[in-house]
Amino acid sequence: MTVMIEADNLTKHYGNFIGIENINFSVEEGEILGLLGPNGAGKTTCMRILTGFMPPSSGTARISGYDITTESLKARQRIGYLPETVPLYTDMTVSEYLTYMGTLRGMPTANLKERLPEVIETCGLQEYQKSFIANLSKGYRQRVGIGQAILHDPDVLILDEPTIGIDPIQVVETRQLIRSLGGKHTLVLSSHILPEVSMVCDRVIIIHEGQVVAVDTPANLSSHLQRSQRVSATINGPSNEVMPALREIQGVQDVHRDSDNPLAYLIEARLDGDIRESIAQAIVQKGWGLLELQSVEMSLEEIFLELTTTDRESQ
Amino acid sequence: MIRNIIAIAMKEIRSYFGSPMAYVIGAFFVGLTGFFFIDALSVPFPVASVRGFLDRAVVLIMPIWAPIITMRLLAEEQKLGTLELLMTAPVRDSEIVLGKFIASLVIFLGTLSFTIWFVLLLFVFGDPDIMPLLSAYVGFIMYGVAALSVGLLASSLSPNQIVAAVVGFGILVILTISQEAARQVDGVAAVILEELAINSHLEDFLRGVLSTRDFGYYLAIAAVFLFLTIRSLESRRWR
Ligand SMILES: Nc1ncnc2c1ncn2[C@@H]1O[C@H](COP(=O)(O)OP(=O)(O)OP(=O)(O)O)[C@@H](O)[C@H]1O
Ligand SMILES: [Mg+2]
Repeated sequence: MTVMIEADNLTKHYGNFIGIENINFSVEEGEILGLLGPNGAGKTTCMRILTGFMPPSSGTARISGYDITTESLKARQRIGYLPETVPLYTDMTVSEYLTYMGTLRGMPTANLKERLPEVIETCGLQEYQKSFIANLSKGYRQRVGIGQAILHDPDVLILDEPTIGIDPIQVVETRQLIRSLGGKHTLVLSSHILPEVSMVCDRVIIIHEGQVVAVDTPANLSSHLQRSQRVSATINGPSNEVMPALREIQGVQDVHRDSDNPLAYLIEARLDGDIRESIAQAIVQKGWGLLELQSVEMSLEEIFLELTTTDRESQ
Repeated sequence: MIRNIIAIAMKEIRSYFGSPMAYVIGAFFVGLTGFFFIDALSVPFPVASVRGFLDRAVVLIMPIWAPIITMRLLAEEQKLGTLELLMTAPVRDSEIVLGKFIASLVIFLGTLSFTIWFVLLLFVFGDPDIMPLLSAYVGFIMYGVAALSVGLLASSLSPNQIVAAVVGFGILVILTISQEAARQVDGVAAVILEELAINSHLEDFLRGVLSTRDFGYYLAIAAVFLFLTIRSLESRRWR
C-alpha cells in the first residue's frame, strides 16, 4: 500500500492563537479517513493546509509524495477539494461552472465533455444542468460542490463537511457516494456527525482544540475507550430475583432495568474477561430463560464526549 | 499555462458582459465621451482630431472607470470564497492575475471600440490626420493598461468591491496629481514627480509623438502593479 497523504507535525498559528498543533497522520491509497471534532477543533485548518490553500507554520504535508508547499502545483494536480463554504460562482450555470473548474483542473476538453454528464448524474443534478447556481437550494449547491471535487477523478479527495445542508434522504445517498469513492480514491473528510464518520470512514482522527486526541478505526475506538463493558440481557425470570442474582456475579458493577421492556437488563461490568459467559452460567443455573445476551458498544458520541471532557479536565 | 489564463479571462469577460451593469457603464462611457467629442468641436475653429475628446476622456474618466472594471475581479473571488478553489487548483497565482488582467483589458477595449463612431464622423465631415489619431488611441490604451493594473491590485486587497474601487481610484488620483505636485517643487523632486505622473506621459501620444519613454512608463507601471497583485495573492497564503 502506498501512502497518499502524509501530514508531518503540522502546526498552524493564527497570530498568537494556535489553530492546530503537531498533527501527524498518513492516509493510504484507497483509505477513507475521517477528521472528527467539535466546532473550532481545527479540521478546516488541517484541510486548508493539505490542499495548499495556506502553508503550515511548521511541519510538512505531502500529497502522493509531493510536498504541498515546495511542489505545490504537482500536489494540487492530484487533489479534489470541497471547501467548507462550498464556493460557487452564482452567475454561472451548473454545467458552465463544472466545465470551468474542470478546465482549471487541467482536464483535456474531450475528456471533460465525456465526464461532465457522468458527474451530473452521479450528483443527481440532471434537472439543474442549465440552472443558474444563484437559484439553487443549499443542498443542490452542496452537490455542485461535490461534483467539482470529483470531476477530474483525482487521486486524493478532501471534503470539508460534505453532507452539511443536504436533506436526510440525500445524506444517505451522499454517504453511499462517498463510500463508493473510497478504494479508488484516497479520501479525507471532516465531520462533527459521529455516526456519519463511523459509517463512512475506515479510520477516524479525533481532533480537539487543535490536537489529535485519538486515531483508530471506528470499531476499535469504541472498544478501546470503553472503561467498562456493557451487556444487555433479556431474561425470562422473576425480576425481584434476577436483579440481585446479576449483581452477585463476579465483575458486575451495576445493573439497570430497561424501562421499555420488563425483561431487559443493562449490565455494566469490569473489563477483565467477557462477562457474558458468567451471566449466561448464572441464569442457566437458576433455571431462567436467557432470551438475549449481547454486548453494547459505546457509541462514538459517548467516546467523543469522554475524550474531550477528559482532555479538558487534564488541562 | 496559456490555457488557464484564457479560461480565467473568458470566464470574467462572459460574466462581465452577462450583467446589466456592463451596459449601464458602457452607455455612460460612450455618452460622456460623446459629450466631450461634441464639446471639443464646438469651438470657433474646430480641428478634425480626437485630441480634444480623448484628452479629457482619459484624464477625467479613466481614474474612475478603470477601477470600476477591475473592482469585481479579485474582490468577488474573496467574498464568494471561490479564491480558495482557485488557489487550490493547479493554477499559478500569476496565471490568475494575468487572466483577470487580460479580461479587464478586453472589457476596456470592447467599450472603447464604441468611440470608433466619433472617428468615423471625423472622416465623414473632415479630413483628420491619421497618425496623431492613431497615436492618441495607442496612448489611451497604454494608459488603460497601467490604470487597469492599478485597479487589479486594489481588487486583490479587499473582499469589498466598493473598497477596491475607492482604493484604485485613490492610487490613480495620486498618480495624477503628482503632476500638479511637480509644479510646486523644483529640482530633482519635480522631475521625479513629473515622471511619475500618469497623465504627463499621455501628452506626447495625443500630439502624435510615440516615444519609448512613454511606452516604458506605462508598461513599467503595469508590470509593477501586476507583480504586486501576484504578491498580494501569494501573501493570502501566509495569513
Ligand atoms: N483565518 C483565521 N484567523 C484566525 N483564527 C482562525 C482562522 N481560521 C480559523 N481560526 C481559528 O482556528 C481554530 C480552528 O478553526 P477551524 O476552522 O480549523 O475549525 P473547524 O474544526 O473546521 O471548526 P468547524 O467545525 O466550526 O468548521 C478556531 O478556533 C478558529 O477560530
Ligand atoms: Mg471547519
